Amino acid sequence: MNKLLPRLPFADWIDTGIDWLVTQFGSVFDGLSGFLKGTVEGAVDLMAWVPSIVLAVLFAVVAWLLSTRRIAIFTLIGLLFIDYLGYWHSMLQMLALVITSVVIALIIGIPLGIWGSQQPTAKKIISPILDLMQTMPAFVYLLPAIFFFNIGVVPGVVASVIFSMPPTIRLTMLGIEQVPKDLIEATEAFGSTTWQRLLKVQIPLAKPTIMAGVNQSIMLSLSMVVIASMVGAPGLGEEVYRAVTQLKTGVGFETGLSIVIVAIILDRITQHAGKKKQGGTLS
Amino acid sequence: MEELEVKKKIEVRNVSKIFGKNSKRASQLLNEGKSKAEILKQTGTTVGVKNASFDVYDGEIFVIMGLSGSGKSTLVRMFNRLIEPTAGEIRIDGDDIVRMNKEQLRNVRRKKIGMVFQNFALFPHKTILENTEYGLEIQGTAKAERQERAKESLRLVGLAGYEDQYPNQLSGGMQQRVGLARALANDPDILLMDEAFSALDPLIRKDMQDELLQLHHDMGKTIIFITHDLDEALRIGDRIALMKDGDIVQIGTPEEILMSPSNEYVEKFVEDVDLSKVLTAGHIMKKADTVQVDRGPRVALRLMKQLRISSIYVVDKGNRLLGAVTAQDTVAASESGASLEEVLIKDVPTTSSDTVLTELFDTVSTTTIPMAVVDERNHLEGIIIRGAMIGALAGDGQFINDSRTIEEAKPVELEVASNE
Repeated sequence: MNKLLPRLPFADWIDTGIDWLVTQFGSVFDGLSGFLKGTVEGAVDLMAWVPSIVLAVLFAVVAWLLSTRRIAIFTLIGLLFIDYLGYWHSMLQMLALVITSVVIALIIGIPLGIWGSQQPTAKKIISPILDLMQTMPAFVYLLPAIFFFNIGVVPGVVASVIFSMPPTIRLTMLGIEQVPKDLIEATEAFGSTTWQRLLKVQIPLAKPTIMAGVNQSIMLSLSMVVIASMVGAPGLGEEVYRAVTQLKTGVGFETGLSIVIVAIILDRITQHAGKKKQGGTLS
Repeated sequence: MEELEVKKKIEVRNVSKIFGKNSKRASQLLNEGKSKAEILKQTGTTVGVKNASFDVYDGEIFVIMGLSGSGKSTLVRMFNRLIEPTAGEIRIDGDDIVRMNKEQLRNVRRKKIGMVFQNFALFPHKTILENTEYGLEIQGTAKAERQERAKESLRLVGLAGYEDQYPNQLSGGMQQRVGLARALANDPDILLMDEAFSALDPLIRKDMQDELLQLHHDMGKTIIFITHDLDEALRIGDRIALMKDGDIVQIGTPEEILMSPSNEYVEKFVEDVDLSKVLTAGHIMKKADTVQVDRGPRVALRLMKQLRISSIYVVDKGNRLLGAVTAQDTVAASESGASLEEVLIKDVPTTSSDTVLTELFDTVSTTTIPMAVVDERNHLEGIIIRGAMIGALAGDGQFINDSRTIEEAKPVELEVASNE
């Protein structure tokens, strides 16, 4: 068929752009890569240095402090179960990847959410980017991530950050915007500065919603571990991926179940941390 | 009027608020005298407040009243610029708040103006004490001092002991007390109260009105009170501004609004008012004709004949009320040579001048002698005659005393009295 216009070389533009970034900022990416790799591997080494039973108890105690005794007991039994199956080290690798990417997502996401809630223009710019980040198939991030950061855990972290950040930003914006208008008027009427309004009223009241966003980010990040393993990120995801490629149904279920256990623990702890707060409730 | 001598606290000059994009064009149309509906049609903007100009005097309760959509909430929010005026000046103690920069505005909000909101607007995550402290906290007041002042403020509104509770543990009335305490803690000169009692049920609302009047009496703040409830406005307002469609239709004392409505809208608005709850004995009392006790029955009789009345009040030399005598008894006394004191009826109905008429109906309807209005030292201030009471309730202005000058009783009323 004779086309009216030649095919748009959009893919070429992207490739050229990526090449340009790699050649221009190669050293920056290398530095970033080294830092992320060091963080994740350091965390794994630290956790692996502690005997598994001690670490499991430690996690259970943290769960108890942040939420309820029931969740603490589940944490202890669940982690010991994973250890007994022999996936302890893989679990630690996955945990380090998830925690690192979630922490980065929060460090970037919460301030962006706050900014978006204060500046309508910022929100107009941020929102479509978030839509793009969430709907673009996750595999697509992996390709440039490999160019920038080689294979291994780092592109996995980067892809997880991109994929898991949107809920935190969105729910931070939503939580702050949902603070009733008359409370905002009250803070203004008493002569608060913008920061006083944010820190003393809006953010504390938005906390449950922001925590729901954090919880969602953790879940999305966990869902990325199998995909991240395709570019060489180690951990439970890698075990699942191997089981799938080798058609080992039993191992697939073992490792899959382990991921589910970690997911439940992290989910319940963060959910409760969001609800647990001073006597007053937002009606 | 006496208020004119009082210092102006707030001067509002040609203040307008237009909501929407094309506000310049809309202001032009506004200056040409177009109506709210016409401007909406031509420019798509909504006029909130139209060229409002008035003064609020130091220490008065100034009520802004109107139905929803009349612009009253918009107007009050321009006093502390929660809503930016489109045009005009608002001078507080001579300083135009509209031209202030952020820093100056923040200072005025922190020191001069307190605000109480319709739905209380308490911070649900803070305790009652922390809520009350808020205004001081953001000014950077030391913790010990601000807690002290917040506690004092809570004590003023009768909430001592509730410091550590959270707002959702308190009833609506109590929550609004916290709202009031929070506004008072900064010790502002001006209190803005936006429908502050409208969300409360009627009994509690009345209590809160009484307490506000008491607080106002004790602290002497200038209060700007927004309400849609005419009874509330009449009850607490020193002066009332009535708004309609962004216009201020009339400003005046409650009596002026009731007795001489400036146009049909006001008239319609006030026609259902129960005057008996607004007018007091002082409004309808007439100058009493009295006889001093040592004058004797003959003098009393002559006075009664002259005035064509059937009874007369007896006072001592200091105009203190002793009682009353009837014509019949006085005739008997003068024949038997007895003194006035011997035929004196001491058990006469009395009331104070600030009692509202509803509370007087019962006595006035049964008594044979006109009711006496006395002050706290039993000085006779005037009398209440049934005819004048009915006339006043019918809305006839001639039966109502302006600024408390008591007129001579008129013959027509005397006739009513003498027929009793």
